[in-house]
Amino acid sequence: MAKLPAPPETIIAKFGPHLNFAPQEGYPGRDEPDAVVKTHCCFCGMQCGIQLLVKNNKVVGFEPWMEFPFNEGRLCPKGVQRYLQDNHPDRLLEPLERVEGEGFRPIAWEPALDRVTAAIRKIQASYGNDAFAVLSGVSLTNEKSYLMGKFARVAIKTANLDYNGRLCMVSAGAGNKKAFGLDRASNSYADLEHAEVILVTGANVSETFPTLTYWLWRARDNGAKLIVVDPRVIPLARTADIHLDIRPGTDSALYGAMLKYLGDHDMLDHDFIREHTTGFEDTLAAVQEYTLEWAEQVTGIDREKIRQAAELWGKAGTSFLLHARGIEHHSKGVENVLGCINLVLATGRIGRPYCGYGTITGQGNGQGGREHGHKCDQLPGNRDITNPEHRKYIAGVWGIPESELPGKGLTAWELIEAIHRGEVKGLLSICFNPLVSLPNNNYVREALEKLEFYVCIDFFLNETARHADIVLAGSLHEEEEGTVTTAEGRVVRIRRAVTPPGNARTDTSIILDLAARLGAADKFTYADSEAIFNELRVASKGGTADYYGITYKKIEDHMGIFWPCPSEDHPGTPRLWEDRKFATPDGKAHFNPVHFREPSEVTDEAYPVVLTTGRVVSQYLSGTQTRRIGKLVGINPEPLLEIHPELAAKYNIRQRETVRVTTRRGSGEFPANIVETIRKDTVFIPYHWPGKKSANQLTIGTLDPVSKIPEFKVCACRLEPLDRFTQPGEIHAFDSI
Amino acid sequence: MEVTAYKTDMEFFVDMQRCIGCKACEMACAECETNGHESMIHVNYVERAVTIQTTVQVCMHCDDPVCAKVCPADAITKDDFGVVHSANTARCIGCSNCVMACPFGVPIKEEKYDMMMKCNMCYDRTSAGKKPMCATVCPSQALFYGTREEISRMRPNSTPVREFIFGAQTVTTKVNIMMPKGSTHLKIH
Ligand code: SF4
Ligand code: SF4
Ligand code: SF4
Repeated sequence: MAKLPAPPETIIAKFGPHLNFAPQEGYPGRDEPDAVVKTHCCFCGMQCGIQLLVKNNKVVGFEPWMEFPFNEGRLCPKGVQRYLQDNHPDRLLEPLERVEGEGFRPIAWEPALDRVTAAIRKIQASYGNDAFAVLSGVSLTNEKSYLMGKFARVAIKTANLDYNGRLCMVSAGAGNKKAFGLDRASNSYADLEHAEVILVTGANVSETFPTLTYWLWRARDNGAKLIVVDPRVIPLARTADIHLDIRPGTDSALYGAMLKYLGDHDMLDHDFIREHTTGFEDTLAAVQEYTLEWAEQVTGIDREKIRQAAELWGKAGTSFLLHARGIEHHSKGVENVLGCINLVLATGRIGRPYCGYGTITGQGNGQGGREHGHKCDQLPGNRDITNPEHRKYIAGVWGIPESELPGKGLTAWELIEAIHRGEVKGLLSICFNPLVSLPNNNYVREALEKLEFYVCIDFFLNETARHADIVLAGSLHEEEEGTVTTAEGRVVRIRRAVTPPGNARTDTSIILDLAARLGAADKFTYADSEAIFNELRVASKGGTADYYGITYKKIEDHMGIFWPCPSEDHPGTPRLWEDRKFATPDGKAHFNPVHFREPSEVTDEAYPVVLTTGRVVSQYLSGTQTRRIGKLVGINPEPLLEIHPELAAKYNIRQRETVRVTTRRGSGEFPANIVETIRKDTVFIPYHWPGKKSANQLTIGTLDPVSKIPEFKVCACRLEPLDRFTQPGEIHAFDSI
Repeated sequence: MEVTAYKTDMEFFVDMQRCIGCKACEMACAECETNGHESMIHVNYVERAVTIQTTVQVCMHCDDPVCAKVCPADAITKDDFGVVHSANTARCIGCSNCVMACPFGVPIKEEKYDMMMKCNMCYDRTSAGKKPMCATVCPSQALFYGTREEISRMRPNSTPVREFIFGAQTVTTKVNIMMPKGSTHLKIH
């Protein structure tokens, strides 16, 4: 039973989060490190190059890596402080087992792995193979993502494997596949440089991908106009040429109205539409009612501003469109993405210099992690698990009969529902903290409590891991060799800087050990990460995400290679579609009609205010790593409720007053930050915190029907001031339990 | 003076317009070996209630530094490259005169060490031909360290300004502020 084995205070006192401000042994000695290792930041999809300074098998600092082409030394505060997660006092140094009433105690590796194996066998013997599920994460390297996909299907033999990219870019992935047949940003960011117009929608670039702002400024220095769509005046919007302050959940209405405007004023690329696309007529017909007046009413944006944006976009010679979770975290995320793509295709601005389109991947390996098969419906190379040809090919690579390859399983959120229903009884998770990152987390907690067995692989005891029966001490980013694929589609090398401390082991060796115990030793014989990568290359060969021609050496020689790269003499593909041959069966790009519909929960009398969520610059996702780094916590010690002065006045909310925010799922308490930089009908809460400070106890688990992404970005709430004030920095010890 | 690899054609440029308030510069400054791991650069919101605009304050390295002038202990020195250094540990008496006198509000008396500390333009790095830590990492390049030629090529819409007028007093500095194209000075009331 996966209730907490001890009161949270007891667990936190021992396993943190504790704040690390400096290397444990202090700074001396950093001047002359034993090694300077060129690798990448362990956080967001920019994957900025960085050099880690290593002394006595510990990371003690960093030095900017000026030669790496994307960031040339530039880093955000997370990158600057990332070295402090190594050698952290909370680091798990040995496997743990739960002891009821006490918490966790160390256990040796052999009995820990034995217990895991026995539990998997027992659950599968009683309830069937699919009753044991696996949840994986996209902070993992390509090698580990690939390994998790193979491990779940070949060693555990379950269909129920999914990954936390399900909370991230799947809407973009599904949209990209429908429109282009291939799922990757179309260009490297260097193409932004001379774009005439850049449209950034639903992407708080300056806080979530700070090093990308440099490329946007480069473009603006060259005369580019910037349009930002966001319900808040995010730092990027402050200086934008046009800021469209959209009502959350109405994005597709805006794109539809813009498309109609382009059609009405003949700002279309007729040649491109005729020769290289399908579906334009239907798509245009679908938006015929979407006048500027209508759009103003639906989106809450001044119609004149929408017109100006459409004019700018329509008349540009070159353009770039970027989006992120702001339009993807919706029950119609795929429609939003398709609405964006329609604008790009209608103007034919793709596949040529300074023209491009793409989603900005949030997690470190958000791109590569969605290509190599730890998604419930996917096999390596971005192959489809329901396609007999694809199944046959991968079964061949893995040396199993196709009939033994499980079919399509449940997605992350559906897995939680299946646990509730009692269909899934056991769970293994790696680098995933669903208790903080999934919506409606009270429901997630109840699910964890229903599990018969839960094993977690991680390097810190994150909030979800506290519910585990066994915790296997895995490895940090800097402890294993590998590759990741950046938001641009560039495959880069992650370097091992140190080896796991204490009795911790590399994630790879843990998975290989478990595979062997489950009787699949012969299918998992790899000498090192490069051997896994070489198998991945073969597995991806001929798929849409083709890595076959990428080798460790080539990445090294060129500081990264863009996929697709089908053969060893192929240089890689920084810009897609230059030949106008799209990856769809008919070789054309597909327009898709988008009809606007409201979000799954709209405001009413009981819940009159729109709630939206997102990130802050100093924290990363569920905060497992960043909530342990002192100075990052110092920038944003706690989540604040951003609220407009007029809305605050309506509810008598004063600056820094604690406000109870309630939705149909739960309620939390957040100090108010009264600012004019947000819409008057919307409040914003960042989601990196657990427990009472969790935004995700409020959000809704409604899914996009295609991508199955939850609707994090919009739900209805009500607000009550509590006549309690906290000062900035005044943090209460167990506030966030 | 020791032989250094100081690149005298490299200058420091600050463009507040680009600042996204991320504080990477503060974090990086504290990573430099010379400041006792305190940050010598400060990022603040101008007025968070109405705007998200932040400002970033770095020492301007005045040509004729008031901080040094008012120091009764002669603890503050400007070197041949125009870098105004933190107070000399042995001399500084922690009187805070420099803190009051600086027109840009830069020096800070660090109570922990009972002495004034301020940005020395990452002297350990710049003297070895590297860029200051804050300007290296700044993701939006609101802080830029390079040549005048580079900045005028990269940012055709703005001009570096290094003349500041406070009432009757004119202060010229080693550090430049980026202003709209054609600006020559900044008047501060
Ligand atoms: S978090 Fe992202 S933007 Fe910041 S340093 Fe790391 S990779 Fe770069
Ligand atoms: S690093 Fe640059 S963008 Fe970030 S706060 Fe400092 S000056 Fe501003
Ligand atoms: S800006 Fe202030 S601290 Fe810096 S040199 Fe000038 S007077 Fe001194």
